[in-house]
Amino acid sequence: MDRIPILRMGDFLLVTIQVDMHDQLAMTLQDDLTSQIEKTGAKGVLIDISALEMVDSFIGRMIANISGMSRILDASTVVVGMQPAVAITLVELGLSLAGVQTALNVDRGMQRLRADVAGKEADDGRHQE
Amino acid sequence: MASGVSRVVEVLKKYEKELLTDWLAELKAGGTGNDGRVSETELHTQAKEFLGTLGEASRSAGVGDIERPEWSPVRDFLDGVSRARVTQGYSSDQTATFIFSLKRPLFKRLSKEIGSDAKVLAEETWTASELIDKLGLHTIKSFQKTREDVINRQQEEMLELSTPVVKLWDGVLALPMIGTLDSARTQIVMESLLQRIVDTGSEIAIIDITGVPTVDTLVAQHLLKTVTAIRLMGADCIISGVRPQIAQTIVHLGVDLQGVITKANLADALALALKRSGYTVTRNKA
Repeated sequence: MDRIPILRMGDFLLVTIQVDMHDQLAMTLQDDLTSQIEKTGAKGVLIDISALEMVDSFIGRMIANISGMSRILDASTVVVGMQPAVAITLVELGLSLAGVQTALNVDRGMQRLRADVAGKEADDGRHQE
Repeated sequence: MASGVSRVVEVLKKYEKELLTDWLAELKAGGTGNDGRVSETELHTQAKEFLGTLGEASRSAGVGDIERPEWSPVRDFLDGVSRARVTQGYSSDQTATFIFSLKRPLFKRLSKEIGSDAKVLAEETWTASELIDKLGLHTIKSFQKTREDVINRQQEEMLELSTPVVKLWDGVLALPMIGTLDSARTQIVMESLLQRIVDTGSEIAIIDITGVPTVDTLVAQHLLKTVTAIRLMGADCIISGVRPQIAQTIVHLGVDLQGVITKANLADALALALKRSGYTVTRNKA
């Protein structure tokens, strides 16, 4: 069965969705990603969906769920590169993905993750004082 | 209809020249060609060509059904004439008169040809009348269609005209909206703005609603949808140009614009956008 690869880049995990998502694939990704975060102690997750051209309400909800789960596991999540058509579809479906961080491309997404992680570390430091 | 070949066909062939002269006289009396929009020679060419194609089509396919493929040259010719008449600014009745004024010359020739046989004459007159009516209706139909095409084209042009996406700064796009927002327009606005965001990699988009006359719940909902879509793409959205009256309406309607950055004018929105992208604007001269 095919899987979506999860790449590790330092403190971050990189997920690039290059195929059309079907429901089973999304479920597997959810399992794989949460266990990978746990195993590697990643601080951030970047999900690149620039190649995703079709979404339905299920996949939309999965994106929201995955980023919610990563947040609970203490990894900031950024969804990057959403296509205009996908954005319009999600809005029309009434899925605004509130609480999901977004960025235009991988570069900006990484910047955002780094800023997030740096901010979090500063916060933790303050609490310890 | 008469059995075999209708006498109309025969008359059309036999008296083509005479019909043309009579028809042109009839058209002239009716006023077509007097106002300089169609020259006399042009009218002559049109009439002659029409009688030619009409004769041919009626000989090969009869006069019963003008929807037959043999009649397509006639229909195409009428379409062409109607189109030309629309651009020349003729009204629909003036265009129809072009065909209907052929009736009298045709009836005249028919009665001369058939003579005193009242039954045959009535039958043939009916056939001819029916034919001319059908052709006239076809002319009106294509006249109307041409007019509708013009309207549709203008509507599309207006849609495109009213949604220009402007680049204000590196990474800052602006969309000055003008006119009422309905679903179809919001869709186009959204698509063009989102596409431009992807193309230019802009982080901030400003939607200026100074030119939107009224904001009701539907318009507000469309705005919110656009803002959400922009956010999903990973860019930020600022709504500017909110007039006092519109601010009042939005609050009275109970529309929730929380989480959407709104500014009173475009200048403030641009200032915020620049600040967010890390620019400072300073004045050199004191």
